[in-house]
Amino acid sequence: MQHETVEKNIGLMGLLIFVVISFGGLAEIVPLFFIEDTTEPLKGMKPHSALALEGRDIYIREGCNNCHSQMIRPFRAETERYGHYSVAGEHVWEHPFLWGSKRTGPDLARVGGRYSDEWHRVHLLNPRDVVPESNMPAFTWLEDAILDGELTGKKMEALRIVGVPYTNDDINSAQQQVAGKSELDAVVFYLQSLGLVLKDKR
Amino acid sequence: MSEFWSWWIILITVVNVLGCWALLYWTRRVKGSVGENETTGHVYDGIEEYNNPLPKWWLNMFNICLVFSVAYLILYPGLGNFAGVLGWSQTNQHTEEVTEAKKTYAPLFEKYALIPLQQLSKMKQATEMGKRIFVNTCFGCHGSDARGNPGYPDLTDNDWLYGGSPTNIESSIINGRNGVMPAFEAALNAEQLDNVVQYVGQLSGNKVDIAKATDGKMVFEQHCFACHGNDGKGNIALGAPNLTDSNWLYGGSSTIIAKTIREGRMGAMPAHLDILGKERAHLVAAYVYSLSNRQ
Repeated sequence: MQHETVEKNIGLMGLLIFVVISFGGLAEIVPLFFIEDTTEPLKGMKPHSALALEGRDIYIREGCNNCHSQMIRPFRAETERYGHYSVAGEHVWEHPFLWGSKRTGPDLARVGGRYSDEWHRVHLLNPRDVVPESNMPAFTWLEDAILDGELTGKKMEALRIVGVPYTNDDINSAQQQVAGKSELDAVVFYLQSLGLVLKDKR
Repeated sequence: MSEFWSWWIILITVVNVLGCWALLYWTRRVKGSVGENETTGHVYDGIEEYNNPLPKWWLNMFNICLVFSVAYLILYPGLGNFAGVLGWSQTNQHTEEVTEAKKTYAPLFEKYALIPLQQLSKMKQATEMGKRIFVNTCFGCHGSDARGNPGYPDLTDNDWLYGGSPTNIESSIINGRNGVMPAFEAALNAEQLDNVVQYVGQLSGNKVDIAKATDGKMVFEQHCFACHGNDGKGNIALGAPNLTDSNWLYGGSSTIIAKTIREGRMGAMPAHLDILGKERAHLVAAYVYSLSNRQ
């Protein structure tokens, strides 16, 4: 085959480029869909409850993941501050994952239980009330926005299709668990549930 | 990883490396339709394209890449389940890092763990270590200067909700504390609430409506004495604050006092045993103790 044939035939060139790139994907990505390390949840892990799931969606809506990562890297400097490094098994039900790539604020992968619920409420409504040097925006509207939970069950159904093991009971009771709670309640509940399964003890 | 996927990765990787090498030498040997030093006939803006082979140094960069990839795959994990000759892994690296740090710091922690808090709080290195752990772990509520925030106590003064003795401080850090001020919204009517707010204000020397405060005293003695004591001086066993001083955890204005009584307060300090461990908690306690016991 001549160079000229490839250079002058864009369809053939596209096909060959696809083949070349596929080699990387086949070796690096495809096995991750099937091997245990990345597909099996950690022992004792449960999917997000209805309220936590709503909290997670608000977390995404407000762009929390733009400033907060949820990925503790295996370096002492990080595990010393945040606890055990993150492992793949913790993220198998995360759609989409919220690892983030930038830390303007601290990592939140194991923030659950570190502060009281009340602290989170005060802090979300005005971070300066508890951390004077903080540059995090205040999320004042969360307190007044009340959830009706109408779509919570549907979200869980959609997640079930991609492998999150929600039961019919979970889905049927979802609206009841969420309705009437404020968005602030949901976010705090979500944050308090983060990273509890794998914990370092000193 | 199962055998199948391990071999899958090995096969694709090896074929890839060999394929790159083969492609490189195949294109070297292939003769184009035109000879060396002749142009291919492509012209653009007067620039013509020659049909020369790759320069040697360029070709050698490809070769170096191939040699590097082979060396890398032998030394480091890359070929399926083969762990690499060096045995390197992210988790091993983390473990080594932690072990190395332990060698340096464990003897220090152990030494300081045996020294009583009062004595430790006067040792510069110990309080500096304690301060660094404090700034890392406790700043969120108590502030990086330990001066507290509304709802979170100032640790630099000598007013203590749960007691300021070494044992009390250490216990607060290790086991956490849960403040329980119940909501009195249901138990008190508007008048009683107003009266007791005036009385609590009077206890700490605010200007209040004396008549209301006198009535409020009766409400206080009925509902509040169990935790705050009849004299309003509080109880460190329950974390009930002293209401007769001018220190306020949530604020001492009538509005805030009324809110506190109406809705209750659930100030919580999480337990830090799992987060810090005893030895680090001891150093933090020494630092906190030193703040309110300066010479």
